[in-house]
Amino acid sequence: MGLVESGKMPKPLTKLLNLSRKYSIWAYQWGLACCAIEMGAAFASPRYDVMRLGVIPFPASPRQADLVVISGTVTDKIVPAIKRLYEQMPDPKYVISMGSCTNCGGPYWDSYSVTKGVDQIIPVDVYVPGCPPRPEALLEGVVLLQERIQNEDMAARWRGEQDRQEPIIVG
Amino acid sequence: MTLTDAQQLGYINAQAADGRVNVELETDDGMVLNMGPQHPATHGTLRLVARLDGEQVTSADVMCGYMHRGYEKLCEVRSYPQVTTLVNRIDWLGSFANEVPFILAAEQLMEVEAPPRAQWIRTLLFELSRIANVSLFIGDLALQLGAQTPAFYAFRDREFVLNQIESVTGGRFHPNFDRIGGLKDDLPKGWIAETKAAMVRLRAFCDEMEGLVYGNEIFQSRTRGVGIIPAAVAQSYGLSGANLRGSGVDWDLRRDANVGLVYDQLDWKVWTHPDGDSYSRCWVRLQEVREATTIVDQICDGLPSGAIMAKVPRIIKVPAGEAYIATENPLGQMGYYVVSKGDTGPFRVKIRSASFNNISIAPWLLRGVYVPDIITILASLYFILGDIDR
Repeated sequence: MGLVESGKMPKPLTKLLNLSRKYSIWAYQWGLACCAIEMGAAFASPRYDVMRLGVIPFPASPRQADLVVISGTVTDKIVPAIKRLYEQMPDPKYVISMGSCTNCGGPYWDSYSVTKGVDQIIPVDVYVPGCPPRPEALLEGVVLLQERIQNEDMAARWRGEQDRQEPIIVG
Repeated sequence: MTLTDAQQLGYINAQAADGRVNVELETDDGMVLNMGPQHPATHGTLRLVARLDGEQVTSADVMCGYMHRGYEKLCEVRSYPQVTTLVNRIDWLGSFANEVPFILAAEQLMEVEAPPRAQWIRTLLFELSRIANVSLFIGDLALQLGAQTPAFYAFRDREFVLNQIESVTGGRFHPNFDRIGGLKDDLPKGWIAETKAAMVRLRAFCDEMEGLVYGNEIFQSRTRGVGIIPAAVAQSYGLSGANLRGSGVDWDLRRDANVGLVYDQLDWKVWTHPDGDSYSRCWVRLQEVREATTIVDQICDGLPSGAIMAKVPRIIKVPAGEAYIATENPLGQMGYYVVSKGDTGPFRVKIRSASFNNISIAPWLLRGVYVPDIITILASLYFILGDIDR
């Protein structure tokens, strides 16, 4: 969009752009541990079915993704791969941190090999607490993220005037 | 420039450590293919480095440790009830089954025995977690062969089992329900009838999968005669569970070394398959889900009444001693070696998990196979990364 890059964007167009971005989130599933199964239940099961919210959970690569869901225990050994994954994603990009392990280390808060929170490596937009969170909680996180996308001013963001917003905490 | 094997591996390791995953490297003697650490075909984060000659694998190395959370060290600084919470998360698909051997080992050290009703409910939840675990395996197996529909069916029908587990324990995944000397709570009202209805659905799921996946011509041609493990090799690598029974070895801890559970009072069968290929391993698992539904039905009918908790002190201190208890978990033999020094927490816990031994056969098994068969063979071995790395 040339208008966004020029830093000037009429309000109705912003709304339209945000509406279309909101309902076509391509979510990359970065499943690491137990939460990956609940993420699978939320994203790929007929009971929860995330596609009705306008989220497509099957991009072929992080280069095509708008949203990454980090779910599960982040160990020190996997950290470089996560950082690289985040760098590969095109802007604007969002991160959902799913589960206690990803948020803060969870039950492994005193383990020698676990990273205490993925927010030490990459900025997180939505925290979903729980061990593991129910699929409904993850869907709530997705809905809250969509609300935030709806109210975003892309042009201001492009001009660098909009500061990073406070992360959302579900529940 | 000719690189030695160690140099090549070092290069790949350095690349992956830098986050550059899925590198393919051309060398003088073939190509090195790196799968992982995050690959849909691995149940978690496993990395596989395969050296190829054309389409054939000349050697394969499994790199684990991406999911290492230091369980054995953490168990030393937790009290006994806290360890139960922790070990739930080893094999996250069949969580309740992880608690049982640890609790049984602690009970053996304390010389406590759970009342009969608690033992029956334990067995019931043990089998429910087996169903929850293996039914997802069947869907996932098809997903890795390129069919998405069975995965949706598996997620759909697995929810019925999870509902039942949740209404007893309060957790879909990690029940943390087993206590030293019994169970936390009794079964809720009307639960038995609901469970029987869920078992009927699960049997229908098994029939559906038998036609949809196992009877499928593509599935059969990709798994029959692929990845054959002879019985002697399977035993020498220490395989257990369906991987061993798929090679024709009639060995099941539930029947052969039953401790603390009520399998000896039930009528059931150990399934084996003589072929030892990928298909037979998957087939044995399907039959085990069926058998588990009948076991659950039998337990629902014969559940004795009585207390669910034996007399144990409020603050649990386990007397000094050592105990090893192993049970037949959904993935295979899972054992806990608990050393106590008379404290509130264990002095040392050694966890023998099934997947670690099951995946150890991969370098032997993958030598000489074609690249697309790597996925089917790994899928049929069925490991969970939390169970490998702990």
